[in-house]
Amino acid sequence: MQNQDWKGSVQLSHGNGGRLTHELISQLFMPRFKNTMLESLMDSTLFEVNKGRLAVSTDGFVVNPYFFPGGNIGDLAINGTVNDLLMSGATPLYLTVSFILEEGLPFEHLVTIAESMASATKSAQVQLIAGDTKVVEHGSADGLFITTTGIGSVPDGVNWNPQEVKPGDQIIVSGTIGDHGASVLASRYEMDFDSNIVSDTCHLRDLVLAVRDLPGIRCMRDPTRGGLATTLYELAQASQLNYRIYEKQVPIAESVRGLCEVLGLDPLYVANEGKLVAVVSKEVAETVLTRFQQLEAGKNARIIGEITEELKGWPTLVTPLGASRILDLLSVEQLPRIC
Amino acid sequence: MKYIDEFRNPEVASALLKEIEKVATEPIHIMEICGGHTHAIFRSGIDQVLPPQVSFIHGPGCPVCVTPMGKINQIINLARRPKTIIATYGDMLRVPGTESTLLKEKAKGANVRMVYSSLDALKLAMDHPDHEVVFFAIGFETTIPPNGFSVLKARQSGIKNFSILSNHVLVPPVIQFLLNDPEVKIDAFLGPGHVSTVVGSQDYEFIPRDYGHPVVISGFEPNDILQSVLMILRQRQEGRCEVEVQYKRVVQHQGNEKAQAVIDTIFERVDQEWRGIGVIPGSGMGIRASFREYDAEHKFADWVSHVETSEPETCICGPITKGVKQPWDCPSFGKACTPEHPIGTCMVSSEGTCSAYYRYQYIRKIVGE
Repeated sequence: MQNQDWKGSVQLSHGNGGRLTHELISQLFMPRFKNTMLESLMDSTLFEVNKGRLAVSTDGFVVNPYFFPGGNIGDLAINGTVNDLLMSGATPLYLTVSFILEEGLPFEHLVTIAESMASATKSAQVQLIAGDTKVVEHGSADGLFITTTGIGSVPDGVNWNPQEVKPGDQIIVSGTIGDHGASVLASRYEMDFDSNIVSDTCHLRDLVLAVRDLPGIRCMRDPTRGGLATTLYELAQASQLNYRIYEKQVPIAESVRGLCEVLGLDPLYVANEGKLVAVVSKEVAETVLTRFQQLEAGKNARIIGEITEELKGWPTLVTPLGASRILDLLSVEQLPRIC
Repeated sequence: MKYIDEFRNPEVASALLKEIEKVATEPIHIMEICGGHTHAIFRSGIDQVLPPQVSFIHGPGCPVCVTPMGKINQIINLARRPKTIIATYGDMLRVPGTESTLLKEKAKGANVRMVYSSLDALKLAMDHPDHEVVFFAIGFETTIPPNGFSVLKARQSGIKNFSILSNHVLVPPVIQFLLNDPEVKIDAFLGPGHVSTVVGSQDYEFIPRDYGHPVVISGFEPNDILQSVLMILRQRQEGRCEVEVQYKRVVQHQGNEKAQAVIDTIFERVDQEWRGIGVIPGSGMGIRASFREYDAEHKFADWVSHVETSEPETCICGPITKGVKQPWDCPSFGKACTPEHPIGTCMVSSEGTCSAYYRYQYIRKIVGE
């Protein structure tokens, strides 16, 4: 089924369970997400479970606009949940998806989004095994909202947890920060910026699997909403240690920094959708860094700081002047609806 | 944006700091007028690395902080007017009026849009011909010309559903007001860089001439500010007292004459209320009678007169904005008044003194460092 076969837009009757609903599922979604488990079209899907631990994660996506430079809401919905599974060291296996479509959503947009989702699942090596579609009246949503839930399996011996973090451990970020939030911001209708900023949305599977065998990986997080600073805050609170980073070491693309300067935003608080923060022992830090840098997704990886016992429970930033300041949570959203 | 690195280079910074240490023999109180400087000083930690003899007094140069309660209540009332779009800078959304904020009105269904310039607001007016668009025009000399330009453009294009609620304020009159206040103790000024791109350095010459205090107009990067502090100290050491420009890459002596011409066409000097400080004669810029149809206060007089204008009793934003008190002196600071639930304007804007103290010093203090 090609794009040109889907003209017009979503109607309320595409969500009423009747003929149009069946047509939408069997002709728009199924050909793209095709796999034997999904094809059963039962009320629930069955799968085998091996011994050991499973990881589960769920996430809703409401980004506005749903197309932005570098991706769309469909990429985010797959990569976001896949990455949440990966952050606990899990191998992502299965996803479910729930669509809330707004009446009037152009079908060609939905097709593009579904195709992005299909290629993102393929790239992340996960299967979409259950789904649901609802349609709401025009004005009750903003194009479409997507919720995905993921299941992954965690190998024995992998116990990534902020409580494992120890003083002296190193903090690594896998690449430039703020790209996703800045790309959405630059494409918002209120802005007329010419910028070449593209979202970093991608899965982190290769990065995680490249280092999962190493001892000394304490924990990982993907700094999405609230950006790097918020993630460090949450980790510092969970570990009850000080996460100290050096402003000079934090990789930020020139274009992102420029946009943030103009708009008065702090890139440390701007969202990412394809980056991770890893806290690792000093002994393996260089190995982790080298393995990250060998991969496309980690070519700009850097060690940005270390764990200390000074201001327990707080992250701090050392400025280029050598002064230090606390990175608190933001009081207000710098930018709403970025994921 | 690459050029900025030069003004953040840590080696240059440490060389400047060494020079400052040598020259800073006696205590000096420097007022940074502009909220952008306040923010930059705290953000890069300049206050932590300067010798203790050098202290900053944070001045009245945050446009959000000096907007009086009455004006906030006016815009909140206008947000309740049917078929009206309020366009405003993000910071103004959270500024508390007597019983609401624009953000709360938005949640209740008011049409409030965040914009980055008055021209965005003008575009909203063009896109929504069946609505009235009111731009909440706050700011210093820097933002007055573009706001004036949007009014000019509206008239040229025959756009009738656009107006501005003006709260334009001027730097020199408030400085003069502070210098005449015996409570205020200032030895020197860090002059506002962005404002000076419009008015030039000439507008500050009365400060050394009539009051005997040096002024250095500074850029906003850490090394700009350090260099400006050094220039102030050198003036004192050499017995000079004058207006100098550190921010030479942007500021000219006579300013931007075209921008000044736009200001003069649309606006005229008015007596202006400053939050917590009071009315300062000739310190504001109101819309001239010849452009009255773009003045929201005139156009929607029924909606904006009779608003409550008294300030919250527990807030000491006034003395803080004048630099005679610190946030620590306020009983509400960090308790009833936080960035999540601000009482006073100084806690709202990232350029406000209370907000800067809260973000960069308060937590450190409560965790006992």
